[in-house]
Amino acid sequence: MVEQGIPPVNVTARNTRIIPFDFDYYEPKTLREALELLDKYGESAKILAGGTDLLVKMKVRLVEPRVVINVKKIPGLRYVVEDGDYVRIGALTTLRDLEKSDLVKERLPALYDAVKVMGSVQIRNMATIGGNLCNASPAADTAPPLLVHNARVVLASIYGERVVPLEEFFVGPGRTVMKPNEMLVEILAEKASRGSSSFKKVSRVALDLAIASAAAYVEVEGGIIREARIALGSVAPKPIRARKTEELVKGLPVGSEELRKALYALEEEVSPITDVRSTAEYRRYIVKVLAWGAIESAYERVAKRAPAS
Amino acid sequence: MPQLVRVSFRVNGEPVELSVKPNELLLNTLRRLGYTSVKYACGIGECGNCTVLVNGEPVLACLTLTVDVNGAEVVTVEGLSKHGLTEVQKAMIEEGAIQCGYCTPTFVIMAEYLLREKERPTVDDVREYLKGVLCRCTGYINVIKAVLKAAERLSRKAGSS
Repeated sequence: MVEQGIPPVNVTARNTRIIPFDFDYYEPKTLREALELLDKYGESAKILAGGTDLLVKMKVRLVEPRVVINVKKIPGLRYVVEDGDYVRIGALTTLRDLEKSDLVKERLPALYDAVKVMGSVQIRNMATIGGNLCNASPAADTAPPLLVHNARVVLASIYGERVVPLEEFFVGPGRTVMKPNEMLVEILAEKASRGSSSFKKVSRVALDLAIASAAAYVEVEGGIIREARIALGSVAPKPIRARKTEELVKGLPVGSEELRKALYALEEEVSPITDVRSTAEYRRYIVKVLAWGAIESAYERVAKRAPAS
Repeated sequence: MPQLVRVSFRVNGEPVELSVKPNELLLNTLRRLGYTSVKYACGIGECGNCTVLVNGEPVLACLTLTVDVNGAEVVTVEGLSKHGLTEVQKAMIEEGAIQCGYCTPTFVIMAEYLLREKERPTVDDVREYLKGVLCRCTGYINVIKAVLKAAERLSRKAGSS
């Protein structure tokens, strides 16, 4: 019998001691070489970076690539640099690199908050930001912070590069707009300059995936929110920007009753599910609290930088 | 016929040369070579019991392909205690930080890694670095005490020399 059509099972119900199938393995030394391999093998290939998502999926046969392309040995894809109004992040930058980067801490504070609470030291040491985004989990903690920093991703193939807003990059759980011959090579995120950002999540225990998460970027003048961006994780098929609520929040005083009420609009923007981690009902409730918290702490950061006028 | 890949790397300073299938995991290679301190438990990167140091950085061996450590320096707890027990190990014995012992090698590795990064760790530092190691005997308190004790002794030693 060919093992076909076996529905995905609970991870622990499978033998996770081995990877139960063979594949061809490539270790390109240049980006060009990697892109050529991707173009040749397309959908039958998977890119291996940190391995913390891919190898788990391979163990339980959620994915079964014939070809694995390990991109970790490609030099020049691991960096965090300032470039005008942007911070450029190489796809192979690990979560731990981000956590240790002063640039991230100062200019993308929400992303700093997120990586600090992602997995264990070991996981953060292995996992890459490119991998976290390409895995396209609705619970990817790097996504909401990058969304509020208006991030864009650079997708490369042998035919050239294209830049896609992160908001359009995610399609659904595990799905992105990337073509099988493309690789995410860089992330461009807008620096916090006038405002600041923050990220909040709830999870059951320290290492867990988020039950729900929220990131906020705000610019505040005299206690009034002038610019607001809110992004949410684990409450829709993909990480989302809450555009309608953002509009309602602008012009309201930080910490006010009006703001609290305005955040109820989030209930309309989310479409959470019930799963092993939580119920849809709880997610719909808690996401408002998280957004409130993210706005508050982003505001505190703004206030700390520029003492109240 | 699956391709076999020639790999050479070092484990605790000893050179290793092998031909492995690309789907072989570092966890299984190490155990096959006799480094049984590296434990299989969850297999999905949540329990941390397979942690080893690869080029000085903690890595989960259950989520690492053996072909990927080609040319690398791998260290297990056997390598850390080559010249007798480390301060962390001594402190763990004194503090009763070991129950069944299954998770102990990883606690030792993560504690050693922590002490290399931070000479005087706080309780929060210790908790943060050890958070990725699950102990089913729930013996965390004594482990944390032991790591702080080892840190204090090491810094006193460094100060007196």
